[in-house]
Amino acid sequence: MPQMTEERVRAGLTQEEDLSLLNEVSMKTAGVSHLEMCIQCGSCGGSCPSAADMDHTPRMLFAMLRAGMRELVLQSNTPWICVSCYHCVVRCPQEVHITDVMYTLKGMAIREKKFRDAVAPEFSETFVDMVEKYGRSFEFGLATRHYLKHAPLRLVGMSTMGLGMLAKGRMSMTPRKIKGMTQLKSILKKAKEMELTS
Amino acid sequence: MSEYIFYPGCSMESSAKAYYDSLMVIAKPLGITLKEIDDWNCCGATEYVGMNLIPAYSLIARNLALAAKMKNGTDTVVAPCSACYLNLAKADYYMSERPSLGEKVNQALEAGGLHYEAGSLDIRHLLDVIINDIGLDVLKEKVVKPLKGLRVAPYLGCMVPRPDYYHRWSDAEHPIELVEVLKAIGAEVIDYPLATSCCGGHMTQIGPETAYELIRRLISSADRYQADIMVTVCPMCQMNLDAYQGETNRYFGTNYQMPIVFFTQLIGLALGFSPKELGFGTEITSTKRALARIGVEIPEPVEEGGPRRKKDEGLPMPPRLIKNAKGKSLHHHVEEAES
Repeated sequence: MPQMTEERVRAGLTQEEDLSLLNEVSMKTAGVSHLEMCIQCGSCGGSCPSAADMDHTPRMLFAMLRAGMRELVLQSNTPWICVSCYHCVVRCPQEVHITDVMYTLKGMAIREKKFRDAVAPEFSETFVDMVEKYGRSFEFGLATRHYLKHAPLRLVGMSTMGLGMLAKGRMSMTPRKIKGMTQLKSILKKAKEMELTS
Repeated sequence: MSEYIFYPGCSMESSAKAYYDSLMVIAKPLGITLKEIDDWNCCGATEYVGMNLIPAYSLIARNLALAAKMKNGTDTVVAPCSACYLNLAKADYYMSERPSLGEKVNQALEAGGLHYEAGSLDIRHLLDVIINDIGLDVLKEKVVKPLKGLRVAPYLGCMVPRPDYYHRWSDAEHPIELVEVLKAIGAEVIDYPLATSCCGGHMTQIGPETAYELIRRLISSADRYQADIMVTVCPMCQMNLDAYQGETNRYFGTNYQMPIVFFTQLIGLALGFSPKELGFGTEITSTKRALARIGVEIPEPVEEGGPRRKKDEGLPMPPRLIKNAKGKSLHHHVEEAES
């Protein structure tokens, strides 16, 4: 942490810079995030196909991370609107693993229950439940449970398409289960005891 | 014959069955042998990694560990699904880039009696294998029915050329691989500006308005370039543009009829296989008109728009239906269309 020098006070800085949030997010992100290397150029937001629907552009979110604005960052809808297209990642001059940082922020928001709209987190939870139960994804179960809970009205609209998918053999009403469920469960149980911190 | 370890992924046995079927049909003439990973599990798509990191990577790595056990003359894993390909490649890459991740994932794998040495497998997408291993010359040689006169929009999507950890693709935003393959089978390939733009991914489920806009852009651009058909290498792209095209049309009041199929299906046609064995007819947005341009007749869909009711009043009807211009009922709510 930088010392509060006379120059910093004269420059109007009244607090010591606290980079603990930035470091925490960086550490919890897969790979080497390069998050602290962000130069605020804005290539990310400018490349983002869904930025218009975000509370903050990725650039702004990263500035907020640096500023330690934990509550606002974890409440932001930005990571949930990210479509994982990696446009920003390949354009970022600093090679920040932007998409992976978004995943980290989602995970933190879920654990600290900071998200403001439950639809996306609960969709992820349902998806993961199915995978942990069967070892494979189960679209029919996922879609039914998701729409019943969050968009029963939309379920009506979607049923035509759903029936089409069923009729064309593109969706099955019964899940497929892998043989090694016991093995997979032991792996995931052990994995859940660990966190990436170093 | 080139032999590969094969990771199909969940969608290949459900929504992208046409991809699986057509791949199995063209594999033999192209000299590709696929050995499926025994008892593979889901890669977690884009969901698990946003929930819990170590479990997400352990889930992916179980597949890598099982695949590594099958190394016998080949260490190449082929995935046809873009998201699966990216997840497998990403886990392999990050387990090396961040050794602490690799260690923890392996601790978890050990609980199931498994281990994976990061970097010991070559993880590749099917398109990469077809263009770089099999080669355009061999592909051209096998063509018996060039798709002359079929205007195709090459829609590669996001997760194949990006982030491209191993620098396999010609460009992150305008790669030429899919274009070259489609030209090799005689199609007329349009210069599609949105070739690697996003289809919205899981947003069709959790934020449909965001997804519909992305879908609209892709379809309207292909339409403006007068494409007869779009071609993809990704089950998610196919699903979003095909199955959600109706919803998107209703949302914007448009009437696009842009079919989208897998590149393996078109290769199959050029190699002389029948549309039925290539899975044509399972798409929601009909390919009939597009394929008629090259004199191919597709099998009649099982039942247009799903099983028909015997009597209209046979099931309780949802409230407040709106009707389209032809007076046909749309199961769609007015509030949603207006929001």
